[in-house]
Amino acid sequence: MDIVKLTLTKVPGLFLEAENITPDHFAGKNAQQIGELHVHLGNQTAKISDYFSVEGKGGATAADTRIIVSGPTDKVKYIGMKMTAGEIEIQGNTDMYTAAWMAGGKIHVKGNVDSFCAIGMTGGEFIVDGNAKNYLGASYRGDWRGMQGGKIIVKGNAGSDTATFMNGGTIDIGGNVDVHLGTHAEGGKIIVRGDAKGRVGGQMVKGDIFVLGQVERMMPTYIYKGEEEAELDGKKQLFKVWIGDMGERHGKRKGEIIYGKIYIPSDGAEGIAAATHVEKKKKLTEKQLDKVKEVFKDQEPTVQQVRTYIFDSFDVDMKPMQVSRLIEGLKR
Amino acid sequence: MSEYIIKNGKVYDPKTGIKGDISDVCIKNGKIAEKVSSKAKIIDAKGKTVMAGAVEVHAHVAGPKVNEGRNFRPEDKLFTYQPTGKNTRMAGGFSIPTTFKTGYEYAKMGYTTVMEAAMPPLYARHVHEEIKDTPIIDEGAFPVFGNNWFVFEYLKNDEMDNVCAYISWLLRATRGYAIKIVNPGGSEAWGWGENCATVNDPVPYFDITPAEIVKGLLTANEKMGLPHSIHIHSNNLGNPGNFETTLDTLKIAEGVRPDNKFGREQVLHHTHVQFHSYKGDNWANFESGSKEIADYFNKNKNMTMDLGCVTLDETTTMTADGPFEHHLTSLNHLKWANVDVELETSSGIVPYVYDPNIKVCAIQWCIGLELGLLAKDPMRTFITTDHPNAGPFTRYPRIMKWLMSDKTRQNMLKGFKNSDKVIAATNLASIDRELTMYEIAQMTRAGPARSLGLYNIFGGLAPGMDADVAVFNIDEDRIEDPEDIEKAFSAADCVFKSGTMVVENGEVISNGNKRTLWVDAKIPMNQQVKRDVQMKFLKFYSMNLNNYEVSNHYVPNPYVIEVDN
Ligand SMILES: [Zn+2]
Repeated sequence: MDIVKLTLTKVPGLFLEAENITPDHFAGKNAQQIGELHVHLGNQTAKISDYFSVEGKGGATAADTRIIVSGPTDKVKYIGMKMTAGEIEIQGNTDMYTAAWMAGGKIHVKGNVDSFCAIGMTGGEFIVDGNAKNYLGASYRGDWRGMQGGKIIVKGNAGSDTATFMNGGTIDIGGNVDVHLGTHAEGGKIIVRGDAKGRVGGQMVKGDIFVLGQVERMMPTYIYKGEEEAELDGKKQLFKVWIGDMGERHGKRKGEIIYGKIYIPSDGAEGIAAATHVEKKKKLTEKQLDKVKEVFKDQEPTVQQVRTYIFDSFDVDMKPMQVSRLIEGLKR
Repeated sequence: MSEYIIKNGKVYDPKTGIKGDISDVCIKNGKIAEKVSSKAKIIDAKGKTVMAGAVEVHAHVAGPKVNEGRNFRPEDKLFTYQPTGKNTRMAGGFSIPTTFKTGYEYAKMGYTTVMEAAMPPLYARHVHEEIKDTPIIDEGAFPVFGNNWFVFEYLKNDEMDNVCAYISWLLRATRGYAIKIVNPGGSEAWGWGENCATVNDPVPYFDITPAEIVKGLLTANEKMGLPHSIHIHSNNLGNPGNFETTLDTLKIAEGVRPDNKFGREQVLHHTHVQFHSYKGDNWANFESGSKEIADYFNKNKNMTMDLGCVTLDETTTMTADGPFEHHLTSLNHLKWANVDVELETSSGIVPYVYDPNIKVCAIQWCIGLELGLLAKDPMRTFITTDHPNAGPFTRYPRIMKWLMSDKTRQNMLKGFKNSDKVIAATNLASIDRELTMYEIAQMTRAGPARSLGLYNIFGGLAPGMDADVAVFNIDEDRIEDPEDIEKAFSAADCVFKSGTMVVENGEVISNGNKRTLWVDAKIPMNQQVKRDVQMKFLKFYSMNLNNYEVSNHYVPNPYVIEVDN
């Protein structure tokens, strides 16, 4: 397997759209040819080599090509879009649409990713060591074909609208998810190892959602069906199962109606935390407050930015008004 | 204005009867001319095909329904946008392209006149705003009359003079071109949660049947001597077994003679007949009824039809047939938009994927082509996709390929996942007719132009006609690969619109001088109709009458077809 090393040497002024950074585009090309591939900044077109240093060369095929992206790539979008094979390793953070419509191969992001990552994914593996923002594994705006296959693993938290219109594959979130999980889903499997913020499985037709922490509030269109054994992480375990969304159409299999299912561990289950209701912290500690001050020093952050930062970093859910007062306080 | 002479091309022109003979076409002052001076620019068309600009008889390309389709299908635009070019603006979309892309794509295929098939009168201004923004092609729009309260009440009371006066007023008020009828009575019944599935189902409250509506509007159309006939999408569209409803509708026009001064020979145009030619009584035993429909058309020469060919694409269905779209969303479970247009019509939109692996879709594909091949008179049979309902209009070159090449059709048939079942349910496998270039010219130029009453202006290459001419890089006698047909018709070698070269080497080079066609029927408004219109606007419409009529600035470059009776 040949390796291409891309290092961001110039932080772009605008967001950089880099859909050409895939093993499919790099295969069969040397460093110079790879550097010639285009990137977009707003309505301007530039070359990869204008922003990245390129070392190494692509393999004979996409499957033989491994790309390592390093540097402050927070403002780079579309890495790995539509890739079919090979590997990409991203050492920092990336912006939106990373792994969008990915069909095969593997992408490993060691930092965080922004929204719309792995939308419409049909195959392969997408691993994020940090957090993902909204619409992870969802469908493109308006489309009814969200994630259809492959695997997404996010070790941290995911934002809102994760897995909208999902109809295949697996999403495994190590931390918490924000509202609207698996909306309109029609298949696939979602595992949330932390808490889900509510409106879970709204308008879901089919599919399985496991929430190993708590569901803040179950949708009124879900019915508690009782306890059921199901397999998770290679082990048979007992879950409390809700079925729904009762407001949606549902197909039949062998005379039985197939619903969407939400699984929450039963109290007695081994190795899995009970689904007890834990009030989320609403205030920051002195130490956390200092950290916020440090991060947003000399900036004029929006309420949303600060609120998201606090939610992602400290798992504290502050009201916008509280955050707004906090920002006022920071200025003084 | 510049002069051109297109030299040595193979000319196909039903108007002058030229069937592929080598001939020259002269253009002078925007018209086809007998001869030109020595200063004329020479276009060498040796080994190429020369035809008049094509005429689109039925497509949904402008207005609120089309725009709502654009709004609610961002995914249709994804990866389709072309940036601003030298002569073109940014344009995109696949099944519901932007207005600019609509103009460019039609022009590139050699189409120079296009009819928007369903204009809700209440939103006529929106339709004309979009028409104005669609470059190059001349366009007209058909206001819908088949579910209109005025029409219902006048017909019910047998007041034919009032029907005519109202139609004349509405054509003027909306700058409309012809009488369009969509699911007569059914779209109004939809407002009551019902539908009219046969021609004898009465409309709730109004107690009038689809048959009475069609008969009444047909009579009015001929009494007024309009350039086009009634243009109908009959009841029960898209359902197995509906070919009987279609025949019942066509029978209403049996034996009626056309009465007009525009050279039109039909009294009824039935649109997207593919959707209306289904046998069987459910989706499992669904089969083609194209033979029955084509036989009837072949016998009755006072009717024309367009095909509505399924192109096996992902597309967007949109129609004033509101109940049908509700039915469709319950079948495919995709998103649905629905509108009630007050006293006039309803409307719905649903995306649809015609998947060649699904038996029903493959059968629909067969039916569209069968109708085109079984119909004996290409002057009465026109190629359409009911854009975007059965597929986008940009697939016309592909349909021409299918109609012209038996080999391509048979390969498609064999390649379907349910090939045997599809062949058993259709007639296509046993039809080996291959349409000629001349027949294509009849189906896309001369035929639609005559049916619209525009055959003295468009659709032909006789001196004095508008200089709408297309040159295609193909020679009928030297087609090695059927794919060349699709390629040639997708990007014309050059296209002239009213004597201006608008396309060269498949690229748009001019935005032309687009006109809007509308029909002034010149029947004065009588006192009763005037009062009825005012009363209905006071009592029911959400809009003031003064804000309803399409004022001149919406139609900056009109081409008025005047009716003198
Ligand atoms: Zn139509």
